[in-house]
Amino acid sequence: MIATEISDAEVARFLYREADMLDGWRLDEWAALFTEDASYVIPSNDTPDGDPDRDLMIVDDDIERIRARVKRLKSRHAHREYPASRTRHQVSNVLVERDGEVLRVSAAFTVWRFRNDRGDWYVGRYDYLLVPGADGLRIRAKRATLDMTSLVPAGSVSIIL
Amino acid sequence: MIDERRFEGLIEEDEARGSFRVHRSTMTSADILAGERARIFDTCWIYVGHASELPKGGDFVRRDVAGRPLFMARGQDGAIRTFYNTCTHRGATICRQAAGNAKVLQCFYHAWTFDLQGALVGCPDEASYGGSFDRGEHGLKQVARCEDYRGFVFAAFRADIEPLERYLAGAKEYLDLVIDASEAGVEIIRGSNHYTIRANWKLLAENSLDGYHALPTHETYFKYVADLEKDSGKAIETSPTGAATSYLTVGVARDLGNGHAVTEKLAPWGRPLARWSPLFGEETRVDMEQARAAIVARFGEARAQRMCDNSRNLLIFPNLVVNDVMGVTVRTFWPVAPDEMRVTAWELAPIGESARLRSKRLDSFLTFLGPGGFATPDDMEALESCQQGFRCDGVEWNNISRGMLREPRPVDELQMRTFWRQWNRLIASPLAAPV
Repeated sequence: MIATEISDAEVARFLYREADMLDGWRLDEWAALFTEDASYVIPSNDTPDGDPDRDLMIVDDDIERIRARVKRLKSRHAHREYPASRTRHQVSNVLVERDGEVLRVSAAFTVWRFRNDRGDWYVGRYDYLLVPGADGLRIRAKRATLDMTSLVPAGSVSIIL
Repeated sequence: MIDERRFEGLIEEDEARGSFRVHRSTMTSADILAGERARIFDTCWIYVGHASELPKGGDFVRRDVAGRPLFMARGQDGAIRTFYNTCTHRGATICRQAAGNAKVLQCFYHAWTFDLQGALVGCPDEASYGGSFDRGEHGLKQVARCEDYRGFVFAAFRADIEPLERYLAGAKEYLDLVIDASEAGVEIIRGSNHYTIRANWKLLAENSLDGYHALPTHETYFKYVADLEKDSGKAIETSPTGAATSYLTVGVARDLGNGHAVTEKLAPWGRPLARWSPLFGEETRVDMEQARAAIVARFGEARAQRMCDNSRNLLIFPNLVVNDVMGVTVRTFWPVAPDEMRVTAWELAPIGESARLRSKRLDSFLTFLGPGGFATPDDMEALESCQQGFRCDGVEWNNISRGMLREPRPVDELQMRTFWRQWNRLIASPLAAPV
């Protein structure tokens, strides 16, 4: 695959498939979307431009931590997510920029989380660095920047955004 | 009106039998929450923020402190003050940004303008008030007292409170162990987490220094640490004395006076100051050895070992936690309802740390701590689960007796008893009502 030959529709379909894996709790499949040098990052609500080397983040995972996160979430001892919540990752406003061999993609997201008669929501913007591989697109970087000014009322980010 | 009967008999203690019980109405009653506001939050020193958040004159941060909208500012005179965030004219909030720097703050409603020392410096058409209007009477109102201990800024809502240093009692020693990490002191890292836990605020006071819950609740975290060691083929460095780290027997718990308490133990994880673990990577070994050598040179081996190798969970009564664990978190929390609290959490770090070590420190913190960490979400779940359990109403008492009949350890409950005894003294004392 060559970056310049990948259509916007293919990129959007890739993001929808990722969302579907997360909502289906197919987390190993999700982790396999990432490259070995990947990052998955969520800045603190009050620091949307947060830099993981200098600032307090909510999540700053490399590939090993992504896999550890998945392993933890699949366990019966990740109490905030056992029993697992129901989620819906809604992705829209997909914009694609082709930058040599990589795709810079931004999108809007709303992630709903339901558990024990309670509903939480996460709204924000995704920024992806996608790279074409032999078997399709892979994620080199995923950053989920939250629009909510704080985590009142959701409390935690116990699911993957 | 507060119903005094609600405040009697809430704690039952029998030292001879080693039994300590707390009535669950303390977690569910609106009357008790009203009592806590008047007799605890209005009578104790309450943490506002850290001086490092206000490096320059004119810097300010907006803060809810025990639910009250306040802001903390550094005046051009260099002094830090804490103000009620309300215009003295008709009430609108004056400080409308989370943080910033300004020469003056202007109320947008009628354009009254105040400097960062609180003086009213502008009042449109002041002449229309007639000659009797006194600007001096309409400056921004400060909280009754605002003092800091080595950069930790606290407010008090009554003037007759004892000085902060005396109030902190034995907790000072443990703040010093954190602050002394660098000769230049410590700073709050940019970024904070503000969140809700649907549970009584006192459950977080208990949980923040509860060694007993760590293994069962955070099993996934300890597995993660073990996996890191297995994958790298390297273990966390043992203490220089080669002390065993059996989780159930190691460490001490102490009553520090005035309701403050601490647990201290050899860390079962790596610490950025300066206890290497595979998480930090080979490249930081040098930085950590240097950091450690500097601490040893300043404080000697024994104190350096405490600072570098030991984890400490410190509660400053009623609602400040400074946990120096796999990173340093500063956390404050307050009730919005008997079954709901707000939490604000920051990360603290030594000033002047190398960029490489700072990056690893941030990483180490996130493994466990924060709303997306591998442990904090499970603590939230535990607290909310307790609160749901209290709704049954069929079981009246919580048992907080662990370790009463032995030298207390972090896996015991002396820390919680220390908190609850002070809580009980204040809540049951009409003398503690605001003067």
